Amino acid sequence: MSARASSSRGERVLRAACLVAVAAPLFALTALIVGVVAQGAPHLDLDFLLSGPSRFADRAGLYPAAIGSLMLIGLTAALAVPVGVGAAIYLQEYGVQGRWARLVEANIATLAGVPSVLYGLVGLEVFVRALGLGRSLAAGALTLAMLALPIVIIAAREALRAVPHELREAGLALGATRWQMVWQVVLPVAAPGILTGIILATSRALGEAAPLLVLGAVVFASDPPAGWSSPFTALPLQVFQWASRPQEAFAQAAAAGIVVLMVTLLLLNATAIALRDRARRRGA
Amino acid sequence: MSAVRPRVERIIEAGLGASAGLSIAATALLVVTMTVEVTRFFAEVTPAQVLVDTVWAPLFAAPRYGLWPLVLGTAVTTMLAVAVALPLGLLSAVFIAELASPRTRRWLKPTLELLAGVPTIAYGFFALTVVTPALQRVLPDLPGLNTLSPGLVLGVMITPLFGSLAEDALVAVPNALREASLALGATRLRALALVVLPAARPGLQSALALAASRAMGETMIVAIAAGPSATMTAYIAQVGLGDVPAGTVAFRTLFVVGAALFALTLGLNQLARRPR
Amino acid sequence: MSVVTPSSERARLLSIAGLNAYFGPTQVLRGVTLEIAARRVTAVIGPSGCGKSTFIRCLNRMHELVSGARCEGTVRLDGADIYAPSVDPVALRRRVGMVFQKPNPFPTMSVRENVLAGLRLTQRRLAEPEDAVVERTLRRAALWDEVKDRLAAPGVSLSVGQQQRLCIARALAVEPEVLLMDEPCASLDPIATAHIEDLLSTLKATYTIVMVTHSMQQAARVSDETAFFLSGELIEATRTDALFTAPRDRRTEDYITGKFG
Repeated sequence: MSARASSSRGERVLRAACLVAVAAPLFALTALIVGVVAQGAPHLDLDFLLSGPSRFADRAGLYPAAIGSLMLIGLTAALAVPVGVGAAIYLQEYGVQGRWARLVEANIATLAGVPSVLYGLVGLEVFVRALGLGRSLAAGALTLAMLALPIVIIAAREALRAVPHELREAGLALGATRWQMVWQVVLPVAAPGILTGIILATSRALGEAAPLLVLGAVVFASDPPAGWSSPFTALPLQVFQWASRPQEAFAQAAAAGIVVLMVTLLLLNATAIALRDRARRRGA
Repeated sequence: MSAVRPRVERIIEAGLGASAGLSIAATALLVVTMTVEVTRFFAEVTPAQVLVDTVWAPLFAAPRYGLWPLVLGTAVTTMLAVAVALPLGLLSAVFIAELASPRTRRWLKPTLELLAGVPTIAYGFFALTVVTPALQRVLPDLPGLNTLSPGLVLGVMITPLFGSLAEDALVAVPNALREASLALGATRLRALALVVLPAARPGLQSALALAASRAMGETMIVAIAAGPSATMTAYIAQVGLGDVPAGTVAFRTLFVVGAALFALTLGLNQLARRPR
Repeated sequence: MSVVTPSSERARLLSIAGLNAYFGPTQVLRGVTLEIAARRVTAVIGPSGCGKSTFIRCLNRMHELVSGARCEGTVRLDGADIYAPSVDPVALRRRVGMVFQKPNPFPTMSVRENVLAGLRLTQRRLAEPEDAVVERTLRRAALWDEVKDRLAAPGVSLSVGQQQRLCIARALAVEPEVLLMDEPCASLDPIATAHIEDLLSTLKATYTIVMVTHSMQQAARVSDETAFFLSGELIEATRTDALFTAPRDRRTEDYITGKFG
């Protein structure tokens, strides 16, 4: 006798309700994607990608914002990844016990829950003003790196934790020092998982506008940033600016910008998820 | 067997420890920044003005610093978001954890995860250009910038987060409990409602608190669709965008609102980690 | 607890005196005193939980890696106390190698890389070409003929029995003086077990082997000396044939006749 034969009416109602609940966000997402693509498609052409914004809506392009985002993410990753992975290695392989490590862990959990806009406030106060970096790419990257740091640490920690204990023992029993064992035995096995974490953190930083807004990234930049100390803008900020304009044509530009942003993020996240699933299957 | 522990090992360990220490430095920076600016603020404005006044207009010629309107606005959007996410997320979690076949689970979970990757600015745009007009057809008096539309969209945004955490909570309930209920002759529905869900309740409450905290701290959706002074986060975004000179009282309101937001989200996060 | 010495005439390589081991407040080894003869196989037997694994982990200072774990007493390797403050445990582990219960080849490395792993990990400069080391060590582990065409295959692609011999090869490549084995055949089928037992008889010409085993029959088959542990104490240790035919302690006799286990 199969279990399904005995399903009650209540169960069927529940199942229907569940299906509606699962479908609703998917439906909303589809509506969002369809709406955005429909609105933005006419505006999406090579000109859009390669030219700068303008007062004339039909000529608005996102090139400076795209370059700004690229440089920003690059510097953010260069800052957050070594520090984050290093911290994760320390917590997992070295000072696992003790008050210091527990303090750091509680701290990371706190940081992970801070609203992103508050990082903008800190960046404004510390990097822009106190350290005198001004409203520059460097300040933006430092701010986003603070935001990305807990994400990288948590993901890297998970990946390290998944490495079987026996491998560490084998390495130590061969007479390796702790670092030799970590570098040559643990890290190669944890690498896919750590990479996943890096990609997820990067994609998160790419989509963030709020901290940059507060930081004072310019919202109208006609040229890509010249260097690390120049003012900059980023993709989500450019979209925000277009979305705040009343003209319909700017709304089109905003939609097109969102399409570009979402496609990029989709590719990044899909890569990260595929990597993570492959790592899980290999470890099993 | 010599005892020379290579200096390299010690240097590496110190470097790694320093990286871990930087994470503490980040929190310290956060706390110190808030404290400094808030203290300076309260040198010129009394706490009573902030806590008792009911009008928030710090940038006006005759400034008013009542924080409540902002807090209330945030509370409204957050509660709307939770009202949306709770049923949707919980039922999705029940479906994935208890009812779906493994084949369905295999494509459904990653798809829902991708939902979580949508940038918030896209949601904000969606709220402004699609949801608000749609709502206006039902409620003709609804202003173009309101809190209903972003509240609902916020709910959709946090649904994947809540759903995933709720699923974890359900999966964590030992199978032995389900089997025991079924062995007693209960239907799956009754087992679910009377045994599994109550057992998962601490985890579910924790999940809800985390999702609410995320909704509370979200900025772009409300900044685009709700208007500049509707919620705490929208205000911070607006002033950040503007040209308020640094070092003034008006500038410091940023940090007062920020500190209040920090306190509220921190409270929710702590609640999440220690469910009753 | 009595002081017992193996009855062989060969040199004493490892001398253990008054060894106590703890996990936090719980004492798991009590006053163990034993001499391990060089180039022999010494089996360590006893019921579950008697401290056998803890004992050998004290011999390569792996016991102390568990948080809260410590030990007291003296363990001398070639006359020098391995727990002296001036001793580097890392260097010690290059002289005293270990093979574990569950084969654990490094998954991201090939067969060849696994064999060389111990040398690469410790950054030792080789006096001879790598290929020579790989072949010699795999031959010593009785694995060469089976894997010589598959040296580039992942270490985890071998059968479980082959993986364990690979781990033995990996441990041997470091050229230890002592090889500790913690129930090396526990995860293996009888045929793979037989391969490893055959291996031991050739290995002991070069290495001193201390092997924990759950199987008395195995101890009787392969070892020269046997030490019987019970509840953290060393009850009796002597030549294997003597222990199994004429045990001196009542408890030893009860264990080997299966009255408890």
